Amino acid sequence: CHKDLNLQPLNANTSEKQYSNFTGYKQVLAKVYGSYSLVSSSGVGVSDVNIAGISDAGTTDFIRAWWNLQELTTDEALCAWNDPLLLSFHNINWTSSNVFINAAYARSLYQITVCNEFIRESTDEKLTARGFKENEAAEIRHFRAEARFLRAFQYWVLMDLFGNPPFVTEADPIGKYIPKQITRANLFTYIESELKAIDPDLVAPRQNEYARADRGAAWALLARLYLNAKVYTGTDRNTEAITWASKVIEAGYTLKPGYKTLFMSDNDKNNPEVILPIAFDATNSQNYGGTTFLTCSAHGTNPADNQAHGIPGGGWLGNRSTKNLPTVFGDYSGNADKRALFGPGNLEVNDVIVFNDGLSVYKFNNITSGGAIPPSPNGVLCSIDFPLFRLGEMYLIYAEAVLRGGSGGTNARALEYFNLLRTRAYGNTSGNVGAITVNDILNERMRELYWEGSRRTDLIRYGQFTGNTYLWPWKGGVKNGAGVDAHFALFPIPAAETIANPNLKQNTGY
Amino acid sequence: QQPSVQVSGSVKNEKGEPLPSVSIKIAGSEKGTVTDPKGNFTLAVADNALLVFSYVGYDTLQVKARANLAITLTPSAGALNDVVVIGYGTQRRKELTGSVATVTAKDFQQGSITTPEQLIAGKVAGVSVTSNSGAPGAGSVIRIRGGASLNASNDPLIVIDGVPLSGNNIYGASNSLSLINPNDIASFTVLKDAAATAIYGSRASNGVIIITTKKGTSGAPVFNFTTQVSAATRAKKMDVQSAAAFRKYVDSLGGGTYDNVHTYKSLLGTANTNWQDEIFQTAISTDNNLSMAGAYKNTPYRVSVGYLDQQGLLRTDHLQRFSGGIAISPRLLDDHLKIDINIKGAYNKARFANGAAISSAVYFDPTQPVHATSPYGNYFEWASVDPGSGAITLNKLAPRNPVALLELYNNTSNVYRSYGNVQFDYKFHFLPELHANLNLGYDIAKGEGQTDVPAFAAQNFLDGGQRNKYSNKINNKVGEFYLNYTKDLKQIKSNINATAGYGYYNNLSTNDNYPALRANGDTIPGTKPLFLLDKPENTLISYYGRLIYTYNNKYILAASIRTDGSSRFSPDTRWGTFPSVALTWQMSREPFLQNVQALSDLKLRLSYGVTGNQDGIYNYPYQSIYSLSGNGSLVQFGNEWYSMGTPAAYDASIKWEQTASYNAGIDYGILNNRINGSIDVYFKKTKDLLNTIPIPAGSNFSSTILTNVGNVENKGIELAINATVIKNSRYSWDVSFNAAYNENEITNLTATKDSTYPGTLTGNGFIQINSVGYQANAFYVYHQQYLKGRPVEGVYADLNDDGIINQKDLYRYKSPFPKFILGFSSQFTYGKWALSTVLRANIGNYMYNGITTGAVKSNVLNPLGYLANSLNDIYNTGFTNGQNQSDYYIQNASFLKMDNLGLAYNLGRIMNDKVGLRITANCQNVFTITKYKGLDPEIYGGIDNTIYPRPRTFVLGASLQF
Repeated sequence: CHKDLNLQPLNANTSEKQYSNFTGYKQVLAKVYGSYSLVSSSGVGVSDVNIAGISDAGTTDFIRAWWNLQELTTDEALCAWNDPLLLSFHNINWTSSNVFINAAYARSLYQITVCNEFIRESTDEKLTARGFKENEAAEIRHFRAEARFLRAFQYWVLMDLFGNPPFVTEADPIGKYIPKQITRANLFTYIESELKAIDPDLVAPRQNEYARADRGAAWALLARLYLNAKVYTGTDRNTEAITWASKVIEAGYTLKPGYKTLFMSDNDKNNPEVILPIAFDATNSQNYGGTTFLTCSAHGTNPADNQAHGIPGGGWLGNRSTKNLPTVFGDYSGNADKRALFGPGNLEVNDVIVFNDGLSVYKFNNITSGGAIPPSPNGVLCSIDFPLFRLGEMYLIYAEAVLRGGSGGTNARALEYFNLLRTRAYGNTSGNVGAITVNDILNERMRELYWEGSRRTDLIRYGQFTGNTYLWPWKGGVKNGAGVDAHFALFPIPAAETIANPNLKQNTGY
Repeated sequence: QQPSVQVSGSVKNEKGEPLPSVSIKIAGSEKGTVTDPKGNFTLAVADNALLVFSYVGYDTLQVKARANLAITLTPSAGALNDVVVIGYGTQRRKELTGSVATVTAKDFQQGSITTPEQLIAGKVAGVSVTSNSGAPGAGSVIRIRGGASLNASNDPLIVIDGVPLSGNNIYGASNSLSLINPNDIASFTVLKDAAATAIYGSRASNGVIIITTKKGTSGAPVFNFTTQVSAATRAKKMDVQSAAAFRKYVDSLGGGTYDNVHTYKSLLGTANTNWQDEIFQTAISTDNNLSMAGAYKNTPYRVSVGYLDQQGLLRTDHLQRFSGGIAISPRLLDDHLKIDINIKGAYNKARFANGAAISSAVYFDPTQPVHATSPYGNYFEWASVDPGSGAITLNKLAPRNPVALLELYNNTSNVYRSYGNVQFDYKFHFLPELHANLNLGYDIAKGEGQTDVPAFAAQNFLDGGQRNKYSNKINNKVGEFYLNYTKDLKQIKSNINATAGYGYYNNLSTNDNYPALRANGDTIPGTKPLFLLDKPENTLISYYGRLIYTYNNKYILAASIRTDGSSRFSPDTRWGTFPSVALTWQMSREPFLQNVQALSDLKLRLSYGVTGNQDGIYNYPYQSIYSLSGNGSLVQFGNEWYSMGTPAAYDASIKWEQTASYNAGIDYGILNNRINGSIDVYFKKTKDLLNTIPIPAGSNFSSTILTNVGNVENKGIELAINATVIKNSRYSWDVSFNAAYNENEITNLTATKDSTYPGTLTGNGFIQINSVGYQANAFYVYHQQYLKGRPVEGVYADLNDDGIINQKDLYRYKSPFPKFILGFSSQFTYGKWALSTVLRANIGNYMYNGITTGAVKSNVLNPLGYLANSLNDIYNTGFTNGQNQSDYYIQNASFLKMDNLGLAYNLGRIMNDKVGLRITANCQNVFTITKYKGLDPEIYGGIDNTIYPRPRTFVLGASLQF
């Protein structure tokens, strides 16, 4: 009768059962992706990463946590919520106990852990032992390469934000294991080698199911990696940046006509530009972070605007811009450069916690390109997919790498790509230019990619994030902006983590 | 055959009142009778026969039979000859080896008591009972000798008539104990040290409470009817700004705007609303109980029914309980087979108020009216009106109208529960020293309910209201069998009492899952559950044995062992063994003390034992489990949506938490036990704590994991004194006092020794920390700096002198748990009057006044387009922004409470002597003396984020016996 003690949950599988069939593998692959699109598998109120000090699960998804660190710390965005931890992002005086930093850190490592488990369970030996037929095994081999891609992507995020994160792979156990730390340069090499190693096992560009990674995504990440190589390793790798950006560009992606439709709720359809999106859906993939956050937090109490943008229940009076973002367009009315998608507000920010101070950013828009409001259970949740990699960025990587002296590309091609973006932006060639400099690229990146999560990385690459060579309102906690110390170019390892993991050495300055 | 004569007489108690149901036996035979309701008896006896009069709680009296006997029985002092229930058997109190306290009905807390555990609040040294709130049927936190665990359960095991309760949550019941009618309870026995609890093995680390329900008596049926009516009133209000003060406050801050256009002043209303007055009420309740007890031939029985109707202090709160119980105890086969059957059932019908109204009443603008023309059911709600179209948009970020929160929220439930057991005790015919005992028990429950909120209600406006169902079932089974052998070995002055048994315990819940519905019945997209139900289950299998050896009635050695296997742990770690050993020395029976007249009883107890803990944790923590995500949490691949197969964090080697306990105690009785009590000293060391700890990112599928890490120590002293101060024919005054001191310290928290580990943050809002060298859940705060007696915003002490104020300057300050817990009960009787009171005190406990942390300017004047009220503490601090981590908010919450003041008048027999009537008047929660600035200093855990106030209740009652 001691067998009565062998009880198992009714609605869940043991790991042997989960990995006994193809469907089980695909469900875990869904978790590999869902780890960055959603907060958890148990709905919007529960998080995979429970961080002491965070009660709102909606702040712990990947996009929101990463975006806070990449955008609120720059001239592109500032938040009116009177939260000292968010304010410290604008002020650039955060500490290691800032739980929003921990959210980004823990989310990335959570996804890495889920990837590791999938990679461990999908080796050829295990597939053979579990008796999979060759056609299924071949599919699972693609899944495994995608898990390795997503792991590499999250390691890139950690390398970019924290420099020297802990390092765990499928070779490490699950349990009470204490991971070792890796240096930024070694991690660069690891990411680079992983992305190249998985190439044969990934599906060809544009051939995979929507919202799953293919070779194009891996190439795009390599291009991004090499563009910033000097920051990560001290050595320029602009030639490789050109190589891999070119591979993406030549893979058949094209710009999606109408810039604003890139950020609308039906951007999962007829979208030849996006290389890899993170998919959201108000009904099926609910998340109060992600594009719901990017849309609702950018809106105020104006019911007409909120209705027009598909969030009749939204309007969180949070994020808007400093004047440096609209003024980079010159005419920011949207009549000329149609990428200038701004709403009401004062250009100047006199008071950080007054939402009306600072122009609203209406870039993310929860209606279809046909003007219809997609179904939403409460008028808050959005269905816009987030473009994690898209062709527009590849054009700008190519151009910048050429101007920075990389070989394998031409100035003419760089200018051509640059003007392709401007032609789409203006709807005609009136905005096209005849020559470009490296600095023009930074400004064009702001116009093209604002609020998409690249600003902090860009400013660091241009040496304008810390120090006082470039200022913006409220940088350093001063209305006109003030210089800040260089150590802020890296975020600190979260204090809670340095306690839990004695192997970690804190970044300089914290 | 001697000639028989008819003798008659009457039996009275020390107050001259007739005693019904007194057993009268002819010495040396089984023949006898009992007194009738008037205390009279007649019996045919042999001439010169000796009659034995016995009655529970009274000294047994032997009298020679004669005509017209007028007998007066006197209460047995301290009831030292009582038989005490212990696990799997009974023991005479004089021979107890463990630290065991008993509270019987006559010592229970009086007044309107809805849940059983409240009966013993303040009555037992080292046992604290803290009610969770003032809501009808609310549960309590019960702690015996502090908590042994950090993350597993710290609740004691509760055993009712041999059925251990699982503590499983019944949907629709705020507390599963609220389905047990306190009026059916005869006694509580609290087992505190390992000598007493180890026989319950793995569930005993937090002590055991054995509840015995009332049983049948003997003789003709006696009916008891008690009825109570009570009025519950607010004892204290939250100290919020009045409408006038609030207006002045907003005015005084000038013409600031919340959106660069509209001023804060323009948001002020013209009403004067006291929101607390709007949501609270004087709550009327009644409690009625009828029982019939007696014996039919050899079968004592008791049947009872009860009806409770209780309103909540918070409007719309309402609980009704219908309960019934049957206890039958047939004695068969010439008393060789005793059968005890207990069946209890209850049906609770409840409406739960929306508790969010309580904090909303603190924050809601007092210048706004309750009602105003609005699309939200004509309640005032914060909304904006578009000047052009006149369209009204609800301000979703604002607090909601407290009255609307109550009136537009309808959560009703129906809960059924039945528990009971049948116990067979067979005394072998060929070997009467050997008993076989079979106990089969069950505890089943069904809870169901629904929450309705109309679509127009602001509280659920975005979802279009709600119509949400919930339901579950509980099915717990108990099977136990033991053999007991008891033998007097007179030639070697010894007695042995040996027990060996087996137990099987299965706890199964069936929880139904429902989609979230809007008021119109539409399913909210993404909420359709993947599975219609879940069945969490756990099983425990046990083997146990105990030997009690008594030499010369003076030296008692007791040893027990239990081994438990739990389904929660892997086959490798599942079995735990829990031994105990105890020694008792009846010193007062030694020749050198027998001449000390004043000393009537003196006993020394020493014990050591190991107990375990596995309750309060997830059912399957050792298994690598994948669960599928539900609708709403799907992942898009192509045009398909996939459930995520999600791995859960696990620890394959998780096992029992173990507590080793040492206890030394003295039981004493002085002046013929007129003063009696006990003193105990204990030391408990818990290792392999079931502890949820943060783990390094990357090592498991969560940021925290439940694992066995850490050690905690508890040590303390307990003292109990019961004394009869005065006792004569007209007056009597009994008092009892108990005191307990407990010290808790965490001695290890990490798997590897790491002196730099500051600890694990805990508590609501993570204002507390578990750190090595400190009490569990110490407050972890900054040290506030003051200027001219006022706290300076954001200025804290640089405790580590490094020139910056950061998290390294947080320090551990005070504890939420009391150092001393004191209880005092007194009963004074004069003739037919009785005056009683119960006082309790906690000393050394501190509280985080969380509700006050919101009293800052930025909450009142915020950029979100509404005004919010605050507590008057805003004038003490002048803070602009929340300073949640300041030690300013940690306040001394030591208190002295008078729980009860009662007056009773016993009319004696009325209506031609047919009916006994007693009338009572009680006041509960009479007063509280404390320095704590919040509403109530008694909140378990030490975090005060608005509590449902405990009412001050006035109770009138009558009890009839016929």
